[in-house]
Amino acid sequence: MSRLNINKTYKLYIGGKFPRTESSRYYPITNIKGDLIANMCLASRKDFRNAVVIARKVQESWASTSALNKGQILYRIAEILEGRKEQFIEELVLQGIRRNTAQNEVEISIDRLVYYAGWSDKYQQFFSSVNPVNSAHFNFTNLEPTGVVSIIAPENQGLLGLISVIAPAIVGGNTVIVLASENIPLSAISFAEVLNSSDVPGGVVNILTGKREELLSHMASHMDVNAIIYCGTDQKDIKTISELASNNVKRTIFHKKNDWLNNNNESPYFIEKTQEAKTTWHPVKV
Amino acid sequence: MVQKNKTFKASWSYDPAPESTDHIQIKKRYDLYIDGKFVKPENRKYFETHNPANDEIIAEVALAEKEDVDKAVKAARNAFKSWSKIEPKERGKYIYRIARLIQERSKEFAVIESLDGGKPIRESRDIDIPLAANHFFYYAGWADKLAYAFPNRNPKPLGVVGQIIPWNFPLLMVAWKLAPALATGNTVVLKPAETTPLTALKLAEIIRDSGLPKGVVNIITGAGKTGAEIVNHPDIDKISFTGSTAVGKYIQKAVTGTHKKITLELGGKSANIIFEDAAIDQAVEGIIDAIFFNQGHVCCAGSRLFIQESVADVVIQKLKDRMATLIVGDPLDKNTDIGAINSKRQLKTIENYIKIGLNEGGEIYQTDCELPKKGNWCAPTLFLNLSQSHTIVQEEIFGPVLAIQTFRTIQEVIEKANNTPYGLAAGVWTQKGAKLFHLSQKLKAGVIWGNTFNKFDATSPFGGYKESGFGREGGLHGLKPYVKFE
Repeated sequence: MSRLNINKTYKLYIGGKFPRTESSRYYPITNIKGDLIANMCLASRKDFRNAVVIARKVQESWASTSALNKGQILYRIAEILEGRKEQFIEELVLQGIRRNTAQNEVEISIDRLVYYAGWSDKYQQFFSSVNPVNSAHFNFTNLEPTGVVSIIAPENQGLLGLISVIAPAIVGGNTVIVLASENIPLSAISFAEVLNSSDVPGGVVNILTGKREELLSHMASHMDVNAIIYCGTDQKDIKTISELASNNVKRTIFHKKNDWLNNNNESPYFIEKTQEAKTTWHPVKV
Repeated sequence: MVQKNKTFKASWSYDPAPESTDHIQIKKRYDLYIDGKFVKPENRKYFETHNPANDEIIAEVALAEKEDVDKAVKAARNAFKSWSKIEPKERGKYIYRIARLIQERSKEFAVIESLDGGKPIRESRDIDIPLAANHFFYYAGWADKLAYAFPNRNPKPLGVVGQIIPWNFPLLMVAWKLAPALATGNTVVLKPAETTPLTALKLAEIIRDSGLPKGVVNIITGAGKTGAEIVNHPDIDKISFTGSTAVGKYIQKAVTGTHKKITLELGGKSANIIFEDAAIDQAVEGIIDAIFFNQGHVCCAGSRLFIQESVADVVIQKLKDRMATLIVGDPLDKNTDIGAINSKRQLKTIENYIKIGLNEGGEIYQTDCELPKKGNWCAPTLFLNLSQSHTIVQEEIFGPVLAIQTFRTIQEVIEKANNTPYGLAAGVWTQKGAKLFHLSQKLKAGVIWGNTFNKFDATSPFGGYKESGFGREGGLHGLKPYVKFE
């Protein structure tokens, strides 16, 4: 007896909810044979702006969540993802990735989350300093999150690429609006389901699907976004982003790598990229 | 209307105590320092630099144009090959030499700084010049220890660095930029501000005397156009700029599509917050330091004062009383608290903001100090009756003009203080530890001064959040803008 599968509807992930795009537009994702896999939401500028509002609203409280707690939440994401490993492998295979490549990608994704979970309560100690000033003051420098970050996720490695750029940003207390891989977007939205069941407060990670070409300029120019991470090599994109980012002296981070499997793609220096150094002075003489 | 304070006038006055200028040597004309020599500009053009306290011409300075910038970049590129490979210990020793030579000639530099820029000799003598020497001394020691600054990363120099210096701390800003760039093995093309080029050119003499290999540091003078030539030069690897946010945004835009890295230290509108439980007299002294230090020509000046409502009257009265004792006048006089405004142009900007403040309904208070007839002067000024929407609360004035608001709750003052595109610095005055740390965490600014203000140090990273720029200068964090990783 054959049974008809239930296909998933892939929507956006904004503020801890799964809305359809306000524009009601879509774009189809097909397999190699040309059969429809899913109609993805073609997110609009308005969707992005809504996501920024929510990301801003929750940024302060996410940043003040204790480092231990943030670390545990990241670890929890890894736990849930581990439990759904087969689902993610199947989904990558569905999108045309070879099975053992897919398995490798999912496993490294899980390990990368654990890696950054571990940095949560350590990177401050690595990057902070007590500065021996030449006067009677106690003076120290520590890192604080830059704030709200736009991320244009890697186009290939739809799961691992996404996680490799989200994890260091959020473990540092930033909130993010991510544009998923245009051609391998399914894993991003399924990952949103993982986030949604792993104690990550709504709005900390917001995931959009759609066209780079359409959303890139808005993600770079929005005045309430503090930094933008771009993964890719398109010189025109990079130029557009750099130019628009200057409107509000936005920090720009460009990742030109294509392969996120390698362990060189994880380090505390990735966390530091969306951090600001704050120096505090106080007199010590009574 | 302008209200003048009549109540706090001492019955005696200070005798003049001018610093001697006998031992100061200033040439009539300064050329460009390129490839280890002073050379004439290709087009033989010069501009004048004035003493802002009396409008007299101090010297003529070369105007660098495209050809000169080219020449300087070539010299720096050429020098980079050997300078980046020299034994790091040796590199450090050159920088130590520069620090020592500045210390030896510190009085001379202090006097020239005050002559050329208008700042009180007490500040140039006790702050600008010693801090500049300290910066070289601090970064000299990093030259052979960079592997410890960036574990697991193998830091390498960037190449040729273009550095553009503001006019408010002419030599100190040169030191902030030059010292870390040299310690990390870069070579430099540096342009001081057009109104204050002299101490940078005197530093060129020191650099020559130090035996630093030719071409490692090139100092060229000019205005915005010369700066743009540096920013747009294709063979420069990094631009480090301190100045206005408007120019900073221009630079960020100008380098798009190139390989150039940038560091920007831009404007500010820093909040200075006085709680009812602060040590009031110390806080009043802090307010004075925050806004009137260096005529208010300070990017991190505490130009927005927030006083908790319950102590507003007493703080404002004490502030007015203290302002009345400030001595405005000859920058070379050791008693002077507030010197000359750096340029006619800046004076106009400040006067225009004062006009706007009045037009928008602000209540002004200025001390009735006598201002010299010649030169550029502005009496210390404060404004009351302001809200967040007033222009003088929002925009950087870069002068001795304080915008005062009051607040009731902690949450309110955090929101008001953060409600600005800038994020350079903030001051908090309270005797309660938890309150201080709460504020220092919540304020979005790169430098937080608790119960103090406007303190700087070679070991202490400085730089802004948001539109106040990115990158840090000073301390360990100040090395990073000048290295790349493999």
